[in-house]
Amino acid sequence: MLGYLTLILLCQLIGEIVARLAKLPIGGPVIGMVLLFCWLLFRKGMPSELESVGGFLLRSLPLLFVPAGVGVIVHIDFLMKFWAPFAGAIIIGTVITVAVTGAVMQLLNQTPVTDQETHKP
Amino acid sequence: MTGEISQLWVYLTTTPLLWLTLTLTIYQLASWLFRKLGCNPLLNPVLTTIISLIIIIRVSGADYPTYFRGAQFIHFLLGPATVALAIPLYREIQLIRKAFVPIVISLTVGSLIAILSAVGIAWGLGGERALLLTLAPKSVTTPIAMSISELIGGLPALTAVSCVLTGITGAVIGDLVLKRLKIHDETARGMALGVASHGIGTAHALQKSQVAGAFAALAMALNGLLTALLLPLLISLLK
Repeated sequence: MLGYLTLILLCQLIGEIVARLAKLPIGGPVIGMVLLFCWLLFRKGMPSELESVGGFLLRSLPLLFVPAGVGVIVHIDFLMKFWAPFAGAIIIGTVITVAVTGAVMQLLNQTPVTDQETHKP
Repeated sequence: MTGEISQLWVYLTTTPLLWLTLTLTIYQLASWLFRKLGCNPLLNPVLTTIISLIIIIRVSGADYPTYFRGAQFIHFLLGPATVALAIPLYREIQLIRKAFVPIVISLTVGSLIAILSAVGIAWGLGGERALLLTLAPKSVTTPIAMSISELIGGLPALTAVSCVLTGITGAVIGDLVLKRLKIHDETARGMALGVASHGIGTAHALQKSQVAGAFAALAMALNGLLTALLLPLLISLLK
């Protein structure tokens, strides 16, 4: 368990270093995700302990956005002032983006997967 | 006695332990309530937890830095959890390879629509230039969005706020939109939530389906890359 947690943190750390050195606009965690993915491809298989560490993190993923979300508190006054363009762009923009992306993907994808066939992490 | 209790409360509000424990407790309660009431999307646990905490912080007279000193332990795990998204991605590699072309096309269309709809609507509703640039990368995962925002002349702190709100919006109403449009393919659901609502959308997609979660993680990562490339280009074209 501890070994794979270390591996995950190592991927993130290397990602962070690469992002800084190459001045990439992409964060360390996203590069770390690519690195772990490459490691799995190279290894050709999923160690069950990595699955349990990763599964724990991924099941908690919604919670992990809460601290940053509470940060909205600092900008409430600004949001109140410019609420119309802000709310419009976010709510309508998100609805349009979800609709168009989902529709294009469903239209083009020849190998659809419906709910019953999938399992939870 | 009441003096002692209020003293104790004042003391507690300055400790990381209180805010860490409160965040965890409220999130569990919110998740329980969400399931108890038939998973009504409006009761999305992330949304209700954030609102409850904002109210508690305001009422107790604490401030965000004090709250964050406790919550940072949760916040820290966001990085490792993002790395761990490689796991569902790897597990669904066969599906992803089969759907490679649809993924690239829906990603590109979605990424452009996300930028253009945000900028267009904000402009239509009277937003100034700085606000449009702030909102342009709103569908991208927060750290990438903040660096794009800085690059193009937006306000990174407010971009972060718009990202969080966009993520929550997607998690709350995304499934309603998809259901309305009769989009039942989990790969399409994943792409839609990942492109439109980055990590929060991905977290939401993953709750119900491993496949949707994998496609959302992929869409989120690729949309971050693509927007970082596209947006400065689009802006130089518009100048």
